[in-house]
Amino acid sequence: MQELSQSPHISGRFNQELESLKNAVLSMGGIVEEQLANTLKALRDSDKRLAEQVVITDARVNDMEVHIDQECMRIIARRNPIAGDLRLVLTIVKINTDVERIGDEVERIANMVLVKSLPSSEIIKAGMFNTGHLILDMIRATLDAFARMDVEAAKAIHQDDAKIDQEYKKLLIQVLSDMQQEAEILPGWLDVLWALRAMERIGDRCKNICEYLIYSVEGINVRHLENPFGELS
Amino acid sequence: MDTLDSPLFTVPKLDNLAQSDIAIDVRDLDLYFGERKVLHQISMRIPQNKVTAIIGPSGCGKSTLIGCFNRLNDLNQDCHIKGRVSIGGKDIFHHKQNVPELRAKVGMVFQRPNPFPISIYENVVYGLRIKGISDRRLLDNAVESALHKAALWDEVKDKLFDSALLLSSGQQQRLVIARSLALEPEILLLDEPTSALDPISTLLIEELINDLRSQFTVVIVTHNLQQAARVSDYTAFLYQGELIEYSDTDTIFTMPEQQQTEAYITGRYG
Repeated sequence: MQELSQSPHISGRFNQELESLKNAVLSMGGIVEEQLANTLKALRDSDKRLAEQVVITDARVNDMEVHIDQECMRIIARRNPIAGDLRLVLTIVKINTDVERIGDEVERIANMVLVKSLPSSEIIKAGMFNTGHLILDMIRATLDAFARMDVEAAKAIHQDDAKIDQEYKKLLIQVLSDMQQEAEILPGWLDVLWALRAMERIGDRCKNICEYLIYSVEGINVRHLENPFGELS
Repeated sequence: MDTLDSPLFTVPKLDNLAQSDIAIDVRDLDLYFGERKVLHQISMRIPQNKVTAIIGPSGCGKSTLIGCFNRLNDLNQDCHIKGRVSIGGKDIFHHKQNVPELRAKVGMVFQRPNPFPISIYENVVYGLRIKGISDRRLLDNAVESALHKAALWDEVKDKLFDSALLLSSGQQQRLVIARSLALEPEILLLDEPTSALDPISTLLIEELINDLRSQFTVVIVTHNLQQAARVSDYTAFLYQGELIEYSDTDTIFTMPEQQQTEAYITGRYG
Protein backbone atom coordinates (compact mmCIF):
# COMPACT_ATOMS: atom_id res chain seq x y z
CA MET A 1 0.00 0.00 0.00
CA GLN A 2 2.90 2.29 0.83
CA GLU A 3 4.39 1.91 -2.64
CA LEU A 4 1.05 2.56 -4.28
CA SER A 5 0.37 5.69 -2.27
CA GLN A 6 3.72 7.11 -3.28
CA SER A 7 3.58 6.33 -6.98
CA PRO A 8 2.63 9.27 -9.19
CA HIS A 9 -0.93 10.16 -10.20
CA ILE A 10 -1.93 10.81 -13.78
CA SER A 11 -2.42 14.39 -12.63
CA GLY A 12 1.07 15.85 -12.30
CA ARG A 13 -0.36 18.86 -10.47
CA PHE A 14 -1.92 16.74 -7.78
CA ASN A 15 1.45 15.02 -7.22
CA GLN A 16 3.17 18.35 -6.89
CA GLU A 17 0.52 19.67 -4.54
CA LEU A 18 0.79 16.69 -2.19
CA GLU A 19 4.57 16.79 -2.34
CA SER A 20 4.67 20.50 -1.60
CA LEU A 21 2.19 20.07 1.26
CA LYS A 22 4.38 17.40 2.81
CA ASN A 23 7.46 19.57 2.35
CA ALA A 24 5.72 22.49 3.99
CA VAL A 25 5.01 20.38 7.10
CA LEU A 26 8.61 19.18 7.09
CA SER A 27 10.02 22.68 6.85
CA MET A 28 7.71 23.81 9.65
CA GLY A 29 8.97 20.83 11.68
CA GLY A 30 12.53 21.86 10.81
CA ILE A 31 11.94 25.31 12.26
CA VAL A 32 10.43 23.87 15.44
CA GLU A 33 13.42 21.55 15.76
CA GLU A 34 15.79 24.50 15.40
CA GLN A 35 13.71 26.44 17.93
CA LEU A 36 14.19 23.69 20.49
CA ALA A 37 17.94 23.45 19.77
CA ASN A 38 18.21 27.21 20.31
CA THR A 39 16.18 27.02 23.49
CA LEU A 40 18.51 24.35 24.89
CA LYS A 41 21.50 26.49 23.95
CA ALA A 42 19.88 29.47 25.64
CA LEU A 43 19.24 27.32 28.73
CA ARG A 44 22.84 26.10 28.82
CA ASP A 45 24.38 29.54 28.33
CA SER A 46 21.64 31.51 30.12
CA ASP A 47 21.36 33.44 26.87
CA LYS A 48 18.20 35.50 27.25
CA ARG A 49 18.52 37.16 23.88
CA LEU A 50 18.45 33.78 22.14
CA ALA A 51 15.45 32.74 24.24
CA GLU A 52 13.68 35.92 23.22
CA GLN A 53 14.40 35.16 19.61
CA VAL A 54 12.74 31.75 20.04
CA VAL A 55 9.61 33.39 21.46
CA ILE A 56 9.48 35.81 18.52
CA THR A 57 10.05 33.11 15.89
CA ASP A 58 7.09 31.10 17.17
CA ALA A 59 4.81 33.53 15.32
CA ARG A 60 6.28 32.21 12.09
CA VAL A 61 5.35 28.67 13.05
CA ASN A 62 1.82 29.85 13.78
CA ASP A 63 1.56 31.44 10.34
CA MET A 64 2.76 28.24 8.73
CA GLU A 65 0.11 26.23 10.55
CA VAL A 66 -2.61 28.47 9.12
CA HIS A 67 -1.15 28.28 5.61
CA ILE A 68 -0.88 24.51 5.69
CA ASP A 69 -4.46 24.21 6.96
CA GLN A 70 -5.67 26.39 4.11
CA GLU A 71 -3.74 24.37 1.60
CA CYS A 72 -5.22 21.12 2.97
CA MET A 73 -8.69 22.59 2.64
CA ARG A 74 -7.96 23.72 -0.89
CA ILE A 75 -6.69 20.29 -1.87
CA ILE A 76 -9.71 18.55 -0.33
CA ALA A 77 -12.06 20.92 -2.17
CA ARG A 78 -10.33 20.81 -5.52
CA ARG A 79 -8.91 17.30 -5.72
CA ASN A 80 -11.38 15.26 -3.69
CA PRO A 81 -8.60 12.98 -2.46
CA ILE A 82 -9.65 9.43 -1.64
CA ALA A 83 -8.12 6.33 -0.04
CA GLY A 84 -4.37 6.77 0.62
CA ASP A 85 -4.43 10.38 -0.60
CA LEU A 86 -7.30 11.24 1.74
CA ARG A 87 -5.53 9.56 4.67
CA LEU A 88 -2.39 11.52 3.83
CA VAL A 89 -4.18 14.88 3.71
CA LEU A 90 -6.08 14.20 6.96
CA THR A 91 -2.84 13.03 8.55
CA ILE A 92 -1.18 16.26 7.52
CA VAL A 93 -4.03 18.30 9.02
CA LYS A 94 -3.46 16.53 12.33
CA ILE A 95 0.34 16.52 12.21
CA ASN A 96 0.19 20.23 11.39
CA THR A 97 -1.66 20.89 14.65
CA ASP A 98 0.74 18.77 16.67
CA VAL A 99 3.83 20.43 15.20
CA GLU A 100 2.39 23.86 15.95
CA ARG A 101 1.68 22.78 19.52
CA ILE A 102 5.23 21.47 19.86
CA GLY A 103 6.26 24.98 18.80
CA ASP A 104 4.11 26.41 21.64
CA GLU A 105 5.68 24.02 24.16
CA VAL A 106 9.16 25.07 23.00
CA GLU A 107 8.13 28.68 23.46
CA ARG A 108 7.07 27.83 27.00
CA ILE A 109 10.52 26.38 27.74
CA ALA A 110 12.13 29.50 26.22
CA ASN A 111 9.93 31.65 28.47
CA MET A 112 11.34 29.83 31.46
CA VAL A 113 14.88 30.84 30.40
CA LEU A 114 13.67 34.44 30.42
CA VAL A 115 12.50 34.27 34.05
CA LYS A 116 14.55 36.47 36.38
CA SER A 117 14.75 34.22 39.42
CA LEU A 118 15.37 30.70 38.23
CA PRO A 119 16.37 28.07 40.79
CA SER A 120 20.10 27.61 41.03
CA SER A 121 20.03 23.79 41.17
CA GLU A 122 22.58 22.48 38.70
CA ILE A 123 21.07 18.98 38.85
CA ILE A 124 17.75 20.27 37.63
CA LYS A 125 19.39 22.32 34.91
CA ALA A 126 21.47 19.36 33.71
CA GLY A 127 18.40 17.09 33.88
CA MET A 128 16.37 19.50 31.79
CA PHE A 129 19.19 19.85 29.34
CA ASN A 130 19.44 16.06 28.93
CA THR A 131 15.71 15.56 28.60
CA GLY A 132 15.66 18.44 26.15
CA HIS A 133 18.16 16.64 23.99
CA LEU A 134 16.17 13.41 24.20
CA ILE A 135 13.10 15.20 22.86
CA LEU A 136 15.15 17.02 20.25
CA ASP A 137 16.29 13.62 18.96
CA MET A 138 12.71 12.43 19.11
CA ILE A 139 11.43 15.36 17.03
CA ARG A 140 14.18 14.80 14.47
CA ALA A 141 13.44 11.07 14.23
CA THR A 142 9.70 11.75 13.96
CA LEU A 143 10.15 14.18 11.09
CA ASP A 144 12.53 11.76 9.36
CA ALA A 145 10.00 8.97 9.71
CA PHE A 146 7.31 11.23 8.27
CA ALA A 147 9.52 12.27 5.36
CA ARG A 148 10.07 8.63 4.48
CA MET A 149 6.63 7.46 5.63
CA ASP A 150 8.57 4.87 7.60
CA VAL A 151 6.16 2.86 9.75
CA GLU A 152 8.83 0.80 11.49
CA ALA A 153 10.69 3.92 12.60
CA ALA A 154 7.38 5.41 13.77
CA LYS A 155 6.70 2.35 15.94
CA ALA A 156 10.17 2.58 17.49
CA ILE A 157 9.76 6.31 18.28
CA HIS A 158 6.29 5.63 19.70
CA GLN A 159 7.83 3.24 22.19
CA ASP A 160 10.65 5.66 23.02
CA ASP A 161 8.16 8.04 24.56
CA ALA A 162 8.20 5.88 27.69
CA LYS A 163 11.82 6.98 28.26
CA ILE A 164 10.81 10.63 28.20
CA ASP A 165 8.02 9.92 30.66
CA GLN A 166 10.53 8.22 33.00
CA GLU A 167 12.94 11.14 32.83
CA TYR A 168 10.06 13.51 33.50
CA LYS A 169 9.02 11.60 36.60
CA LYS A 170 12.60 11.47 37.90
CA LEU A 171 13.03 15.20 37.41
CA LEU A 172 9.70 15.90 39.06
CA ILE A 173 10.83 14.08 42.23
CA GLN A 174 14.10 16.01 42.14
CA VAL A 175 12.24 19.30 41.79
CA LEU A 176 10.00 18.50 44.73
CA SER A 177 12.98 17.88 46.98
CA ASP A 178 15.02 20.89 45.75
CA MET A 179 12.07 23.23 45.95
CA GLN A 180 12.08 23.13 49.72
CA GLN A 181 15.66 24.40 49.80
CA GLU A 182 14.88 27.42 47.63
CA ALA A 183 11.31 28.01 48.62
CA GLU A 184 11.63 31.79 48.35
CA ILE A 185 11.56 31.65 44.54
CA LEU A 186 8.38 29.68 44.18
CA PRO A 187 7.35 31.39 40.92
CA GLY A 188 10.67 30.33 39.41
CA TRP A 189 10.00 26.76 40.41
CA LEU A 190 6.59 26.94 38.83
CA ASP A 191 8.22 27.96 35.58
CA VAL A 192 10.55 24.99 35.83
CA LEU A 193 7.55 22.72 36.35
CA TRP A 194 5.81 24.22 33.34
CA ALA A 195 8.90 23.71 31.21
CA LEU A 196 9.27 20.11 32.36
CA ARG A 197 5.65 19.49 31.61
CA ALA A 198 6.18 21.05 28.16
CA MET A 199 9.00 18.59 27.46
CA GLU A 200 6.85 15.67 28.46
CA ARG A 201 4.04 16.96 26.22
CA ILE A 202 6.39 17.25 23.26
CA GLY A 203 7.12 13.53 23.66
CA ASP A 204 3.37 12.85 23.61
CA ARG A 205 2.92 14.97 20.50
CA CYS A 206 5.68 13.13 18.68
CA LYS A 207 3.94 9.93 19.66
CA ASN A 208 0.69 11.28 18.18
CA ILE A 209 2.46 12.14 14.93
CA CYS A 210 3.79 8.59 14.72
CA GLU A 211 0.28 7.23 15.25
CA TYR A 212 -1.10 9.39 12.41
CA LEU A 213 1.76 8.32 10.19
CA ILE A 214 1.01 4.64 10.80
CA TYR A 215 -2.64 5.34 10.02
CA SER A 216 -1.74 7.15 6.83
CA VAL A 217 0.44 4.34 5.50
CA GLU A 218 -1.29 1.25 6.83
CA GLY A 219 -4.81 2.49 7.41
CA ILE A 220 -4.69 1.09 10.95
CA ASN A 221 -5.64 3.17 13.96
CA VAL A 222 -3.27 2.60 16.89
CA ARG A 223 -4.52 5.51 18.97
CA HIS A 224 -5.79 4.91 22.51
CA LEU A 225 -4.64 1.29 22.55
CA GLU A 226 -2.95 -0.08 25.66
CA ASN A 227 -0.37 -2.11 23.79
CA PRO A 228 -0.76 -1.04 20.17
CA PHE A 229 2.05 -2.90 18.54
CA GLY A 230 1.49 -6.06 20.57
CA GLU A 231 -2.07 -6.12 19.27
CA LEU A 232 -0.96 -5.39 15.74
CA SER A 233 1.49 -8.26 15.48
CA MET B 1 5.59 27.81 4.62
CA ASP B 2 8.48 28.56 2.36
CA THR B 3 6.97 26.17 -0.11
CA LEU B 4 3.46 27.44 0.50
CA ASP B 5 4.35 31.11 0.68
CA SER B 6 4.21 31.08 -3.07
CA PRO B 7 1.63 28.34 -3.56
CA LEU B 8 2.14 26.28 -6.65
CA PHE B 9 -1.00 26.95 -8.57
CA THR B 10 -2.72 30.02 -7.23
CA VAL B 11 -3.81 32.61 -9.74
CA PRO B 12 -4.38 36.36 -9.39
CA LYS B 13 -7.85 37.56 -8.45
CA LEU B 14 -9.91 38.55 -11.47
CA ASP B 15 -10.03 42.20 -10.43
CA ASN B 16 -6.26 42.35 -10.39
CA LEU B 17 -5.88 41.33 -14.02
CA ALA B 18 -4.73 43.93 -16.51
CA GLN B 19 -6.65 44.37 -19.74
CA SER B 20 -3.69 42.85 -21.59
CA ASP B 21 -4.19 39.59 -19.63
CA ILE B 22 -7.69 39.18 -21.01
CA ALA B 23 -8.43 36.87 -23.93
CA ILE B 24 -12.20 37.26 -24.16
CA ASP B 25 -14.03 40.31 -22.88
CA VAL B 26 -17.78 39.85 -22.60
CA ARG B 27 -19.82 43.00 -21.89
CA ASP B 28 -23.54 43.15 -21.17
CA LEU B 29 -24.29 40.18 -23.37
CA ASP B 30 -27.96 39.35 -23.93
CA LEU B 31 -28.84 36.45 -26.20
CA TYR B 32 -32.28 35.60 -27.53
CA PHE B 33 -33.55 32.57 -29.38
CA GLY B 34 -36.59 34.15 -31.05
CA GLU B 35 -38.50 35.83 -28.23
CA ARG B 36 -36.88 33.77 -25.50
CA LYS B 37 -34.04 35.45 -23.64
CA VAL B 38 -31.41 32.82 -22.91
CA LEU B 39 -28.50 34.90 -21.60
CA HIS B 40 -29.05 37.93 -19.37
CA GLN B 41 -26.53 40.75 -19.19
CA ILE B 42 -23.45 38.54 -19.00
CA SER B 43 -20.26 40.48 -18.31
CA MET B 44 -17.05 38.57 -17.73
CA ARG B 45 -13.37 38.83 -18.58
CA ILE B 46 -11.79 35.52 -19.47
CA PRO B 47 -8.05 35.54 -18.80
CA GLN B 48 -5.40 34.56 -21.30
CA ASN B 49 -3.43 31.33 -20.93
CA LYS B 50 -5.66 30.14 -18.15
CA VAL B 51 -8.38 27.54 -17.89
CA THR B 52 -11.83 28.96 -17.18
CA ALA B 53 -14.64 26.57 -16.34
CA ILE B 54 -18.31 27.34 -16.79
CA ILE B 55 -20.58 25.35 -14.52
CA GLY B 56 -24.30 25.32 -13.92
CA PRO B 57 -27.34 23.07 -14.24
CA SER B 58 -28.56 21.78 -17.62
CA GLY B 59 -30.19 24.45 -19.71
CA CYS B 60 -28.57 27.34 -17.85
CA GLY B 61 -26.91 28.64 -21.01
CA LYS B 62 -23.33 27.35 -20.59
CA SER B 63 -22.97 25.95 -24.11
CA THR B 64 -24.87 28.89 -25.59
CA LEU B 65 -22.43 31.25 -23.92
CA ILE B 66 -19.30 29.59 -25.31
CA GLY B 67 -21.09 29.23 -28.65
CA CYS B 68 -20.96 33.04 -28.78
CA PHE B 69 -17.18 33.04 -28.59
CA ASN B 70 -16.77 31.51 -32.05
CA ARG B 71 -20.18 32.62 -33.33
CA LEU B 72 -21.45 29.09 -33.50
CA ASN B 73 -24.86 30.46 -32.57
CA ASP B 74 -24.95 32.19 -35.98
CA LEU B 75 -26.01 28.79 -37.32
CA ASN B 76 -29.31 29.26 -35.52
CA GLN B 77 -31.42 31.68 -37.56
CA ASP B 78 -33.52 32.62 -34.55
CA CYS B 79 -30.55 33.75 -32.51
CA HIS B 80 -29.86 37.40 -31.95
CA ILE B 81 -27.47 39.10 -29.66
CA LYS B 82 -27.09 42.40 -27.82
CA GLY B 83 -23.90 43.48 -26.11
CA ARG B 84 -20.33 42.88 -27.02
CA VAL B 85 -17.79 40.07 -27.07
CA SER B 86 -14.22 41.17 -27.82
CA ILE B 87 -11.35 38.92 -28.65
CA GLY B 88 -7.96 40.58 -28.99
CA GLY B 89 -9.69 43.92 -28.51
CA LYS B 90 -11.99 43.44 -31.52
CA ASP B 91 -15.74 43.05 -31.40
CA ILE B 92 -16.39 39.62 -32.92
CA PHE B 93 -19.97 40.53 -33.83
CA HIS B 94 -18.81 43.40 -35.99
CA HIS B 95 -20.18 43.05 -39.52
CA LYS B 96 -16.64 43.03 -40.95
CA GLN B 97 -15.57 40.08 -38.80
CA ASN B 98 -14.49 37.16 -40.98
CA VAL B 99 -16.26 34.24 -39.30
CA PRO B 100 -14.14 31.32 -40.65
CA GLU B 101 -11.06 33.23 -39.52
CA LEU B 102 -12.60 33.67 -36.08
CA ARG B 103 -13.37 29.95 -35.89
CA ALA B 104 -9.78 29.08 -36.81
CA LYS B 105 -8.63 31.33 -33.98
CA VAL B 106 -11.22 29.98 -31.53
CA GLY B 107 -11.26 26.19 -31.81
CA MET B 108 -14.03 24.05 -30.36
CA VAL B 109 -14.32 20.46 -29.15
CA PHE B 110 -17.66 18.86 -28.38
CA GLN B 111 -19.01 16.33 -25.96
CA ARG B 112 -18.82 13.30 -28.23
CA PRO B 113 -15.63 12.68 -30.14
CA ASN B 114 -16.43 13.40 -33.76
CA PRO B 115 -13.45 12.31 -35.87
CA PHE B 116 -14.08 12.17 -39.61
CA PRO B 117 -14.15 8.65 -41.07
CA ILE B 118 -10.73 9.10 -42.63
CA SER B 119 -7.20 8.42 -41.44
CA ILE B 120 -5.74 9.87 -38.26
CA TYR B 121 -3.34 11.92 -40.37
CA GLU B 122 -6.07 13.34 -42.61
CA ASN B 123 -8.18 14.21 -39.59
CA VAL B 124 -5.41 16.36 -38.17
CA VAL B 125 -4.64 18.17 -41.44
CA TYR B 126 -8.29 18.59 -42.44
CA GLY B 127 -8.48 22.28 -41.51
CA LEU B 128 -5.07 22.98 -43.00
CA ARG B 129 -6.07 21.46 -46.34
CA ILE B 130 -9.20 23.63 -46.34
CA LYS B 131 -6.92 26.62 -45.80
CA GLY B 132 -5.13 25.49 -48.98
CA ILE B 133 -1.94 24.12 -47.44
CA SER B 134 -0.68 21.11 -49.39
CA ASP B 135 3.08 21.12 -48.79
CA ARG B 136 3.70 17.61 -47.49
CA ARG B 137 6.47 18.63 -45.16
CA LEU B 138 4.39 21.37 -43.56
CA LEU B 139 1.50 18.98 -43.09
CA ASP B 140 3.76 16.27 -41.63
CA ASN B 141 5.18 18.73 -39.15
CA ALA B 142 1.74 20.02 -38.21
CA VAL B 143 0.51 16.44 -37.59
CA GLU B 144 3.42 15.57 -35.37
CA SER B 145 3.27 18.83 -33.44
CA ALA B 146 -0.52 18.76 -32.92
CA LEU B 147 -0.51 15.10 -31.86
CA HIS B 148 2.32 15.80 -29.43
CA LYS B 149 0.40 18.70 -27.92
CA ALA B 150 -2.68 16.53 -27.63
CA ALA B 151 -0.61 13.83 -25.85
CA LEU B 152 -1.53 11.30 -28.50
CA TRP B 153 1.62 11.06 -30.63
CA ASP B 154 3.21 8.10 -28.83
CA GLU B 155 0.04 6.07 -29.11
CA VAL B 156 -0.61 6.63 -32.83
CA LYS B 157 2.72 7.46 -34.45
CA ASP B 158 2.95 4.00 -36.04
CA LYS B 159 -0.59 4.00 -37.40
CA LEU B 160 -1.13 7.50 -38.70
CA PHE B 161 -2.81 6.20 -41.85
CA ASP B 162 -5.24 3.88 -40.08
CA SER B 163 -8.82 5.00 -39.82
CA ALA B 164 -9.47 7.36 -36.91
CA LEU B 165 -12.56 5.31 -36.10
CA LEU B 166 -10.34 2.46 -34.88
CA LEU B 167 -9.15 4.55 -31.94
CA SER B 168 -10.74 4.29 -28.50
CA SER B 169 -13.15 7.11 -27.61
CA GLY B 170 -10.57 8.68 -25.30
CA GLN B 171 -8.04 8.66 -28.12
CA GLN B 172 -10.64 9.97 -30.56
CA GLN B 173 -11.33 12.90 -28.26
CA ARG B 174 -7.63 13.71 -28.07
CA LEU B 175 -7.48 13.41 -31.87
CA VAL B 176 -10.30 15.93 -32.18
CA ILE B 177 -8.36 18.24 -29.85
CA ALA B 178 -5.27 17.71 -32.06
CA ARG B 179 -7.38 18.61 -35.09
CA SER B 180 -8.27 21.93 -33.45
CA LEU B 181 -4.70 22.55 -32.33
CA ALA B 182 -3.34 22.00 -35.86
CA LEU B 183 -4.99 25.27 -36.84
CA GLU B 184 -2.97 26.97 -34.11
CA PRO B 185 -5.92 28.59 -32.38
CA GLU B 186 -5.50 31.15 -29.61
CA ILE B 187 -8.50 29.93 -27.71
CA LEU B 188 -9.85 26.45 -27.25
CA LEU B 189 -13.49 25.95 -26.27
CA LEU B 190 -14.28 22.57 -24.77
CA ASP B 191 -17.94 21.70 -24.43
CA GLU B 192 -18.19 18.80 -21.98
CA PRO B 193 -15.12 17.18 -23.53
CA THR B 194 -15.01 14.16 -21.22
CA SER B 195 -18.62 13.38 -20.49
CA ALA B 196 -18.57 10.41 -22.88
CA LEU B 197 -15.24 9.06 -21.63
CA ASP B 198 -14.09 6.57 -19.00
CA PRO B 199 -12.33 7.83 -15.84
CA ILE B 200 -8.77 7.19 -17.04
CA SER B 201 -9.34 8.85 -20.43
CA THR B 202 -10.95 11.71 -18.52
CA LEU B 203 -7.87 12.15 -16.36
CA LEU B 204 -5.65 12.04 -19.45
CA ILE B 205 -7.70 14.79 -21.10
CA GLU B 206 -7.64 16.82 -17.89
CA GLU B 207 -3.89 16.47 -17.72
CA LEU B 208 -3.76 17.56 -21.35
CA ILE B 209 -5.83 20.64 -20.47
CA ASN B 210 -3.31 21.43 -17.74
CA ASP B 211 -0.50 21.32 -20.27
CA LEU B 212 -2.40 23.31 -22.91
CA ARG B 213 -2.81 26.37 -20.71
CA SER B 214 0.80 27.37 -21.33
CA GLN B 215 0.01 27.99 -25.01
CA PHE B 216 -3.72 28.51 -25.24
CA THR B 217 -6.62 30.05 -23.42
CA VAL B 218 -9.02 27.26 -22.53
CA VAL B 219 -12.71 27.63 -21.74
CA ILE B 220 -14.39 24.44 -20.59
CA VAL B 221 -18.06 23.80 -20.03
CA THR B 222 -18.61 20.94 -17.65
CA HIS B 223 -21.39 19.27 -15.71
CA ASN B 224 -18.77 17.65 -13.56
CA LEU B 225 -18.10 20.03 -10.69
CA GLN B 226 -15.13 18.05 -9.56
CA GLN B 227 -13.64 18.37 -13.01
CA ALA B 228 -14.03 22.14 -12.86
CA ALA B 229 -12.33 22.08 -9.46
CA ARG B 230 -9.47 19.95 -10.75
CA VAL B 231 -8.66 21.62 -14.04
CA SER B 232 -9.68 25.24 -13.96
CA ASP B 233 -8.03 28.41 -12.71
CA TYR B 234 -11.26 30.41 -12.78
CA THR B 235 -14.87 29.25 -12.52
CA ALA B 236 -18.09 30.90 -13.58
CA PHE B 237 -21.44 29.72 -12.21
CA LEU B 238 -24.35 30.28 -14.52
CA TYR B 239 -27.96 29.84 -13.52
CA GLN B 240 -30.96 30.42 -15.77
CA GLY B 241 -28.88 32.48 -18.14
CA GLU B 242 -27.45 34.73 -15.45
CA LEU B 243 -23.89 34.84 -14.27
CA ILE B 244 -24.30 34.30 -10.56
CA GLU B 245 -20.66 34.21 -9.55
CA TYR B 246 -17.34 34.31 -11.34
CA SER B 247 -14.09 34.06 -9.44
CA ASP B 248 -10.88 32.12 -9.08
CA THR B 249 -11.58 28.42 -8.61
CA ASP B 250 -10.08 28.31 -5.11
CA THR B 251 -12.61 30.87 -3.94
CA ILE B 252 -15.57 29.27 -5.69
CA PHE B 253 -14.83 25.85 -4.21
CA THR B 254 -13.79 26.89 -0.71
CA MET B 255 -15.59 30.15 0.07
CA PRO B 256 -18.11 31.12 -2.62
CA GLU B 257 -19.64 34.51 -2.05
CA GLN B 258 -23.12 33.75 -3.29
CA GLN B 259 -25.45 31.44 -1.45
CA GLN B 260 -26.75 30.09 -4.75
CA THR B 261 -23.25 29.01 -5.76
CA GLU B 262 -22.71 27.30 -2.44
CA ALA B 263 -26.05 25.52 -2.75
CA TYR B 264 -25.22 24.32 -6.25
CA ILE B 265 -21.69 23.09 -5.64
CA THR B 266 -22.59 21.36 -2.39
CA GLY B 267 -25.54 19.59 -3.98
CA ARG B 268 -28.19 21.40 -1.94
CA TYR B 269 -29.81 22.67 -5.02
CA GLY B 270 -33.61 22.80 -4.74
